[in-house]
Amino acid sequence: MAMNFGFKLCPSSALNLDKIDTSLYDKLVEMEPDARICMACGSCSATCTASQFSGMSVRKVLLDIQRGKEKEAAAMLRNCMLCGKCTMVCPRGINTRHLILSLCRIYDNKEEQK
Amino acid sequence: MLLELKIMKDSIVIIGGGIAGLEAAKQLLTLGYTPIIVEKSDHLGGHVAGWNRLFPDMAPAQEIVAKMIKDVEGANIFLETEIISSNKLGNTYIVNLSNGVTIRTKAILIATGFELFDAHKKEEYGYGIYNQVMTNQDLEKWFNTSVDSRIGGKEIRKIGFVHCVGSRDVKAGNSQCSKVCCVTAIKQAIEMKQEFPDAEIYCFYMDLRLFGKKYEDFYINAQKDYGIHFIRGRVSEVSENIEGRLLVKAEDTLSGKPLKVTLDLLVLMAGMVCNQDGSKMASMLRLETDSDGFLRSKDNVCNIVESNRHGIFYAGACTGTKTVPETISEARAAALMIHNYINE
Repeated sequence: MAMNFGFKLCPSSALNLDKIDTSLYDKLVEMEPDARICMACGSCSATCTASQFSGMSVRKVLLDIQRGKEKEAAAMLRNCMLCGKCTMVCPRGINTRHLILSLCRIYDNKEEQK
Repeated sequence: MLLELKIMKDSIVIIGGGIAGLEAAKQLLTLGYTPIIVEKSDHLGGHVAGWNRLFPDMAPAQEIVAKMIKDVEGANIFLETEIISSNKLGNTYIVNLSNGVTIRTKAILIATGFELFDAHKKEEYGYGIYNQVMTNQDLEKWFNTSVDSRIGGKEIRKIGFVHCVGSRDVKAGNSQCSKVCCVTAIKQAIEMKQEFPDAEIYCFYMDLRLFGKKYEDFYINAQKDYGIHFIRGRVSEVSENIEGRLLVKAEDTLSGKPLKVTLDLLVLMAGMVCNQDGSKMASMLRLETDSDGFLRSKDNVCNIVESNRHGIFYAGACTGTKTVPETISEARAAALMIHNYINE
C-alpha cells in the first residue's frame, strides 16, 4: 500500500532544450521548409473551426513539435477537419493545410515502423 | 574679393565627430561654411567606426566611415578635445576648448550621440563574470579583428542572443526601446550562423520590432534560410555549469512554461542610452532634457533638429535612439536649418 504523506511529487514542467527530441520537427522542416517562418501570430487558431471545441491550433502544433511534445501535437491534429481556413489567413503565406497533411504523413510512417 | 568673403564665412562648432557630426560638416562645407568638429576621442566615426557590417544590405561600416571622413577634408577637426565652457554674447557663442582654442560662432550643432548601456549593470546576465558572455559591440569587434578569448579556442555548438539589455527596462533607468537591437541581433545571428553553420542559435526576445526597410525580410531569412530559433521570453538568469558552459533560464511565454538551455556563447544586445556628454552639454548650454533623458527637441514631430535656444541645433542620437540612415538625414536637415538661421 502506498503511504500517504499528505503531499505528492509533481514532475517539472520546465522545458529543457538540451534534452528535447526535435527529430519530428527536423523531418517536417525537410518536407515543409515554411514550418520555420511561423511568427506565432495566432490567426490560424483564431479562424480554426475546430479550435473552440477541441483546442486545435496550428500555431501550438508547430510550437509543440519544436519543443519535443509529439503527443500533445498529435492529439490536437486529430481534431483538424482539413477545411483550410488557416491557410487562407496565414500572413506569412504558409500552406498550413499542406503542412498538416505532411505532418500526419510523418506520424503515420512512425506508427508503421513500430 | 568675393573669394575672400567666402573664406571669411562663418565657423560652425560641431560637438561630436560621429556620423552625425561628419555628415553635417560635409553639408556645411558645401554650403560654404567652416565647420569645426570637436571630438573627445582619438578618432572620427563614433560607434559606427567600430562596427563591421550594417543592416539591411550588409554595407561595410569602415568603408562608409572612411568615405565620410574623406568628405570633410577642409573642416577643422580637433580630436581628444572637449568643450570647457561656453558663453552667449549677443548673437554669438564663445566656445572654449580644452586645447586652449577659443571659437566665436553663431551656431552650435550638438552631435554627441549615445552611449551603449553598460551590460555589467544587468548582473543576472553575467557580463564580466562569465567568460562566455559578450555584448553586441564586442561581437562586432570580433567580426573586425577575429580576436576574442570568449570565441576562440573552443567548440561553439549553441549561441544565444538576449534582446533588450538595458532597454525597455524602467528599473535600469531606460524605459525607451533602443530600436536597432532587434534587427542587429538578427543580423549578428545570421553572421554567426555563417561562421558556425552547425551551431544552434536562439534569440530571446520580448517583442520583435522590425520597423525599418527590409528588416522584416531579414527576420524571415533568419528563420527560413538559417533556422534561427526565436524564443519569446526575457532571459531571467545565467549561470555557469561544471563544464564551463552557460545555463540560461527564461520563460517560453508562447508555451507558458519555464525553459532552460545550455549555451557556449551568449550575446547581450546592449541598448542605446543617453550620453553623459549630452547631459553635460545640456547643463552647460542650459538646454532641456526630455522625459527619456535625451536632449529635448523644440518639437518631436516637426522640429527635431532645433533646440529651445537660438543658435543651438541637434543631429542624431543625442535626441533619442536613431538608425544610421535617420542620423544622416537629420545631420543634413540640421545643416540646412543652420544655414537658414544664419541667413535669417
